[in-house]
Amino acid sequence: MNARPEVSVSEEARHDGRGTGAEARSYYGRPVLKEPVWSREIPWYFFSGGLAGASASLAAAARLAGNVELARRARLVVLAGAAVSPVLLISDLGKPERFYNMLRVIKPTSPMSVGTWILSAFGTSVGIAAASKVLGVFPRLGRLSGTAAALLGPALSTYTAVLIADTSIPVWHEARREMPFIFAASSAASAGAAAAILTPVEAARPARRLAVGGALAEIAGVEVMKRRLGKLLAEPYEKGEAGRYDRLATAATGLGAAVMGMFGRRHRSAVVAGGALVLAGAALERWSIFKAGFQSARDPRYTVIPQRERRESRARADG
Amino acid sequence: MSETNVIPGSGSPDAFDIQGRETLETRPVIPLGQKGYEDGQPRMGFFTDTTVCIGCKACEVACKEWNDVPALPFELTGDSYDNTGALGADSWRHVAFIEQRKPVKVVQDAGLTTPASGDTDFRWLMSSDVCKHCTDAPCLDVCPTGSLFRTEFGTVVVQEDICNGCGYCVPSCPFGVLDQRQDDGRVWKCTLCYDRLKGGMEPACAQACPTDSIQFGPLEELREKANYRLEMVHEAGVTDARLYGADEEEYGMGAFFLLLDEPEVYGLPPDPEVVTRKLKSLWGPAAVAAGAMAVGVVAAFAGEGR
Repeated sequence: MNARPEVSVSEEARHDGRGTGAEARSYYGRPVLKEPVWSREIPWYFFSGGLAGASASLAAAARLAGNVELARRARLVVLAGAAVSPVLLISDLGKPERFYNMLRVIKPTSPMSVGTWILSAFGTSVGIAAASKVLGVFPRLGRLSGTAAALLGPALSTYTAVLIADTSIPVWHEARREMPFIFAASSAASAGAAAAILTPVEAARPARRLAVGGALAEIAGVEVMKRRLGKLLAEPYEKGEAGRYDRLATAATGLGAAVMGMFGRRHRSAVVAGGALVLAGAALERWSIFKAGFQSARDPRYTVIPQRERRESRARADG
Repeated sequence: MSETNVIPGSGSPDAFDIQGRETLETRPVIPLGQKGYEDGQPRMGFFTDTTVCIGCKACEVACKEWNDVPALPFELTGDSYDNTGALGADSWRHVAFIEQRKPVKVVQDAGLTTPASGDTDFRWLMSSDVCKHCTDAPCLDVCPTGSLFRTEFGTVVVQEDICNGCGYCVPSCPFGVLDQRQDDGRVWKCTLCYDRLKGGMEPACAQACPTDSIQFGPLEELREKANYRLEMVHEAGVTDARLYGADEEEYGMGAFFLLLDEPEVYGLPPDPEVVTRKLKSLWGPAAVAAGAMAVGVVAAFAGEGR
């Protein structure tokens, strides 16, 4: 054991080159985390799934309120969203032909597994409800399925927020308390906007209200999230592609809500323009959040600095 | 020469039957939250002692050879001797090289002559990184197909016949270990040589390591060894040496390290978290948000007559 030289680091050198909480050291600037491998299907699914989910609730509420015109249009949106969503998800898989492996387990610890079952149940309910309506058979089963879809809708619209928050990506995980509200608001806004565009002005008032209310909540939600994340972790949402999408989303959502709120009661064209802007804003916001995750994974600062601060504050608390 | 290809020293010929004969095997099923089998097989792992790593990359080569991991395109990074870059689908061991300007005093022992001994202002850190085979593994938690599973050795392995390439484990890993193989679509990572372990052999990297920087064994034994080694290194005056991942109270790893600088210098997260176990703060807000959305939809109809 003593037959070789021992190496010791001199006392004064120990303070040399050591990082403090404020600056981050890294391995050649390389990321600590891996960027997600998800491609453009995923943010589009966040949009389409959210839209379908919120539209199912809107359709059911319209039916209960006796607004047949609105219920019928909202159902069309549900059908379109429910048809597109699984296609987007499956085509993003590395091995799409093995998509059915998702159905071999029910895993409460995996939001993707939970979501797979939510989407499967939702899609099945929507399919049965639509078939019953079109073919005019089993009306009671059809209504029951519609109700089931309406109840699953809010879950479908929000679980995707949990899905991204349940990762090690700092700007997603640290926003886990706000993300579901942004997704819910954005889903409600897009469902309201889509239904308002399709429905005659007289019957579309609740849809317009939902679009405007959801749009305002969406803008507020993003603002609250960024404030709570703090200066450093809000950065990825404001920089680069994510920042561009975020600014466009806020502008489109705000303007769309204003146009729809002010002129939507009288002019169908205003509803179409405002609704399109709100829809675009909802999609852009999902894209902004999606891209911010990649940007924060790419730069080791967003991983290292908050973790060092956490460790140091814990050490201080321990005495 | 018998028909069975026996690798010397294995002591278990069946496991190394490379003639393609099928043998029946049952997959171990371990309930969620349990780290390993209660009795019998102890949890196995790695202790990577970076103080004796010489950066030979024998571990990288042995791993590629044994596991048939595809080659990387030849590329010089300019980052010291590191041309692997990071762990990934095609790199299950990665040797990091860190060049530091830092005065180092060479303490000479009696009875040993070192040529050109004396102080130097340069040190070279080398460390072989690998999947941590976490005690509470986020990748395993989020895998929606059950492709990722915990073996009877307490290690975390991807079943390649199940993985459908959803990619959820990739951003869930706090260490950036897992990645998708582009041409294949599935996710790949260190298996801690599950096949070799089943045959009673140590993992290829540990066997190939010429300085025993990579040690393999029952985790409890390794932790004891590591604590002893840390004391030794501290006594020698290297007080910034520290264990990383050896403390189950913090973030438990089945593969842990003795480092000579802060973890982030090696590209490791300084304070990793089991993100997937915060179920309350993950699902709670979602439940409230879903409820709020339902209320919002109903509220949109307020004042509407039938």
